[in-house]
Amino acid sequence: MNAPHIDFHALAPEIILVATIVVVLLVDLFVKNKNLVPRIASIGVLGALIPVLTLASDGVNRSMFGGAYIVDNYALLFKGLFLVVAYITLLVSFNYIGEGDYYRGEFYVLLLTSVLGMTVMASARDLITIFVALETITIPTFALAAWRKHDTKSNEAGLKYFLIGVLSTAIMLYDMSLVYGITGANKLVDIAGYINEHSTPPLFAVGVFLTLAGFAFKVSAVPFHFWAPDTYEGAPTPVTAFLSVASKAGGFVALISIVKFGFFPSEDSWQPIIWVLAAASMTLGNLAALRQTNIVRMLAYSSIAQGGFMLVPIAVAADVGGNGDSAWAAVAVYLVIYAVMNLGAFAAVIAVARRTGSGEISSFNGLGRTAPLLAVFMSLFLFSLAGIPPLAGWYAKLVMFRSVFDSGTTGAVILGVIAALNAVVAFFYYAGVTRAMWLEEPATGTEERTLPTPLALNVAMVLISVVVVAAGVYPQGVARLGELAFLTG
Amino acid sequence: MELNYFLILSAFLFCVGVYGVLARKNGVLVLMSVELMLNAVSINLIAFSALNHSVSGQIFALFVITIAAAEVGVGLAIVLLIYRNLKSPDLDKIDELKG
Repeated sequence: MNAPHIDFHALAPEIILVATIVVVLLVDLFVKNKNLVPRIASIGVLGALIPVLTLASDGVNRSMFGGAYIVDNYALLFKGLFLVVAYITLLVSFNYIGEGDYYRGEFYVLLLTSVLGMTVMASARDLITIFVALETITIPTFALAAWRKHDTKSNEAGLKYFLIGVLSTAIMLYDMSLVYGITGANKLVDIAGYINEHSTPPLFAVGVFLTLAGFAFKVSAVPFHFWAPDTYEGAPTPVTAFLSVASKAGGFVALISIVKFGFFPSEDSWQPIIWVLAAASMTLGNLAALRQTNIVRMLAYSSIAQGGFMLVPIAVAADVGGNGDSAWAAVAVYLVIYAVMNLGAFAAVIAVARRTGSGEISSFNGLGRTAPLLAVFMSLFLFSLAGIPPLAGWYAKLVMFRSVFDSGTTGAVILGVIAALNAVVAFFYYAGVTRAMWLEEPATGTEERTLPTPLALNVAMVLISVVVVAAGVYPQGVARLGELAFLTG
Repeated sequence: MELNYFLILSAFLFCVGVYGVLARKNGVLVLMSVELMLNAVSINLIAFSALNHSVSGQIFALFVITIAAAEVGVGLAIVLLIYRNLKSPDLDKIDELKG
């Protein structure tokens, strides 16, 4: 019996994260100064980025455990994205968790564990690894959603998220077992190989359908979205930011992996499902966002709609040619840009809520006069989400539409038209908040709380706005990332 | 074929679990229904593993069992939290967030 070959360089990001988790847990137990914990966590996350960069400059595809765990450009791009998102989430949550009624040390442990699951997910190429990674991502977030002490709303958020989470996991597992039973394979490559060589029974289509339904829960695609607004509103806002960005991106990476490497050859079984999910998510997400009065709920529906936009290139991937590589690159670019700008929007919401103590959109009235800088940041992120040039969001939309034109089938064109209409609808609610900030009078009679925006939050917002503007003015940089991940990988 | 008995059993168990999750009001019973669904998956995996003569299905089943334990652990913690705040495990009483 040979011991499996383990490439420690390829596993270094995960090893550093595990070490950080252990250190954070021990420091929290033995050291009184609780401010030390988030600092160690941030250093650990940035430290884990170093091997990601060295592996990327190395450029060798590494395969371990019989091809179940692969470190290539595709995996490295998403590992990098997850670690950056984790770092920004740490910046955003530093004061929020420190000043509120929260357990602090455990918060960071759970957050990092979830990030660890995401980095594993980026490399997972086999059903078991995908399942374990997905659960490592979601189980800690169940607890995080219910993190606010003595708050039934937060409890409810956690419970709803948990029930939907385990239900979707069980459904997904049942259908993974069917796929395993039919193909006799665990590895995505072998599943694709089986599909190429055999005609698949109808049961296989059922398995694919329900597996994708399970992932649709994770990425909160309509009609599996109903948990998201409630969970997002009830959970502590930094956790909401993490869920709507990192957790969603984790689900998307799983979806891309399983479709691209596994189900891709049997396009009849997955393409219509993704098409419907994309169209429904965009339309219902945007229409529901229009009538929200709470900013977090609005962003929840907006993130459902953005998820729909991200599904569009996947829905047309089979018709683009070249294994759909340009479509996959489009999803990757959209995912990277979405993650950054949505985190920015949540950071600004947290900063505004510190001043006004309210989550209503009306609390943004007159922000342009009372806190001009904050209003500038918020407008920047919202316009980016709406896709206004020269901010990053327009490029994300551009690559999405380009993949639609590349495929050129009737179904793809209809989906493109739906996406275009939705981009217009989305502009209204993003612009509505901006209008409230710049054109409405500040509410009179309410007492302005004089809590200044903390340094960590400001740093996060400045970092994100630099990226948002830079990626919008010089989109070739982001495009190169997407191409590297798929076209040479 | 013998495989069918296992598949029918697991499909039945899975459906009972889905019904339990959707219809039960007590948080603990919902968690038990989730366990039923995951056990149905394990039966499926092991039956297919015997059919395909590959051991990976059994390994998958081991992972399912382990992670199910972790999942239910977190779930029980959340139900306990709600019980402390509301003095009831009744899930229908939790309806503050509407959307």
